[in-house]
Amino acid sequence: MDYYVQGIFMLAGINLMAVLGLSLLTGFTGLFSFGHAGFMAIGAYASAIATTMLKLPFVAGIALAGVSAALFAWLIGKMTLRLKGDYFCIATLGFGEAIRLVLDNFQALGGSRGWPGVPAHTTMLNIFISVAIGVAFLANLVNSRHGRNLIAIREEELAAQIAGINVARYKNLAFVTSAIYAGVAGAFLAHYMTFIQPKMFALIKSTELTIIVIFGGLGSISGSVLGAVVLTFLPELLRAVDKWRLVAYGAAVILIMISRPRGLMGGMELSPRGVKKILAERRAKRAAAAANAETASAEIGSES
Amino acid sequence: MSERTTTLSPGSEILEVRGLTKRFGGLAAVSGVDFSVREGGIMGLIGPNGAGKTTIFNLITGVYKVSEGSVLFRGEPIQDREPYLIADMGVTRTFQNIRLFKNLTVFENVLTACHLSASYTLAEAALRLPRFRREERALRDKASELLKIVGLEDRAEVTASNLPYGLQRRLEIVRALALDPKLLLLDEPAAGMNPDETEQLMRLIGELRDRFKLSVLVIEHHMDLIMALCERIVVLNFGMKLAEGVPDEIRNDERVVEAYLGAPAGGK
Ligand SMILES: Nc1ncnc2c1ncn2[C@@H]1O[C@H](COP(=O)(O)OP(=O)(O)OP(=O)(O)O)[C@@H](O)[C@H]1O
Ligand SMILES: [Mg+2]
Repeated sequence: MDYYVQGIFMLAGINLMAVLGLSLLTGFTGLFSFGHAGFMAIGAYASAIATTMLKLPFVAGIALAGVSAALFAWLIGKMTLRLKGDYFCIATLGFGEAIRLVLDNFQALGGSRGWPGVPAHTTMLNIFISVAIGVAFLANLVNSRHGRNLIAIREEELAAQIAGINVARYKNLAFVTSAIYAGVAGAFLAHYMTFIQPKMFALIKSTELTIIVIFGGLGSISGSVLGAVVLTFLPELLRAVDKWRLVAYGAAVILIMISRPRGLMGGMELSPRGVKKILAERRAKRAAAAANAETASAEIGSES
Repeated sequence: MSERTTTLSPGSEILEVRGLTKRFGGLAAVSGVDFSVREGGIMGLIGPNGAGKTTIFNLITGVYKVSEGSVLFRGEPIQDREPYLIADMGVTRTFQNIRLFKNLTVFENVLTACHLSASYTLAEAALRLPRFRREERALRDKASELLKIVGLEDRAEVTASNLPYGLQRRLEIVRALALDPKLLLLDEPAAGMNPDETEQLMRLIGELRDRFKLSVLVIEHHMDLIMALCERIVVLNFGMKLAEGVPDEIRNDERVVEAYLGAPAGGK
């Protein structure tokens, strides 16, 4: 494969890793975060410390990235998840920016000038394997009682509580899990770029991740996969229009969201079970319409 | 279906509310209310709009914090517990303004609420280990069976928000039953139903009570339903208990007629 195209695929895979976690948080649990670039930063720096200063293998770096992101998320979740949705969202935004500012001023790790010389351990193969594991884990999670509890929180939080779901605990579970995905994505990014700098993890990165989740369709794993690939390639394809690249990117996203307001996949899944569900729903809708028509005509009949 | 072991003899009280008070700022929505529900009984809670009926449900289920007084479930105080723990103990409810998991199917609504009947961990789910598969199958069987009992099985794949109104209320009741409750609180289950549907619902509530050995506390404005269904009735007015007794006593109680029924005995 072309070296350049291969690079974009790797970036798409790295984005996808972070997006999968955010998909769990936003798409399935209904919580918005604008600080996930912060968890990517934690993962990137933690893994770089592991592979350069501690001379550990890349796997250990990835593990350390996940664990450190999880720790931060757990603490922040404990403090902020009791807040109402909007406040939680603002708190995550503050966290993301705070992490960036701390790294900016942390000279031992290169400060704002960045940190060169991270080994190039990221490959097509190890990204592919990790993303595959990430997708499988997410799919198994959302099709279990734990995943259904998260979806219940998104749908109707009060009813979820009354149904015996420990809402605070499950929200934190979603938050920590999503942070692990972001941390691991950060580790791959660091070892792909071989150079990390705090400004790579600014608010715009967090926003981009959330846009991808919404673009792919909330509550759909295949939508997130599709969204991450399309929206990583799109800016590259738009290089032709140079200066207007970001404008064209924005316009393209807006156009697609207008034509498909619920995102590319609109909450549906591209899987045997998902397709079956779409078909069953169509059938049920037709049956219900028929039944309603029948009762309506019966009522008219009995009245006359 | 898993059976909770009953330690109390029939005839004892499953729920006892003592001096229950809730203030919102200066307004006492509920003040000093006492009553109790007998194990296996059906109790009615009636009163004019704004009397504090829903507030009492919110206090019992832990949605609101109690200002004063206590709520005892099987003799155990529960007024300081989190809602999910109270649900886990066997107290559950439906909502006056329906709160279904709207974008999920009928089946998924019930399946979600069955979660307490399974105990597999996150790791077991992620790796699809045998216990996950086994318990998941049991959950699905349980959800199907519940839908069959209330006659929603042919709507299993319909999205909840597309159900007709009466069936949405029915779905809320099954979702509550999925928790294997001991005490079921129904907040205006017949609201918006025609007389036919109301009649059916009444029969259903009675059947479910017998089948699942439930105790029921029901709020309603349909007096026919309340009078026919309930063994005892508590009447609330301005947050205070106005009267309590069997349907005949309530129907003929002058204060109740004046404050709420607003018509001679037997009327609506
Ligand atoms: N969260 C709240 N904050 C402030 N006031 C409240 C709150 N919840 C209820 N109230 C007030 O408490 C009083 C009792 O309300 P409640 O909903 O319990 O009445 P209700 O008996 O259920 O009436 P209805 O028959 O109309 O459902 C009302 O005056 C209401 O405005
Ligand atoms: Mg009410």
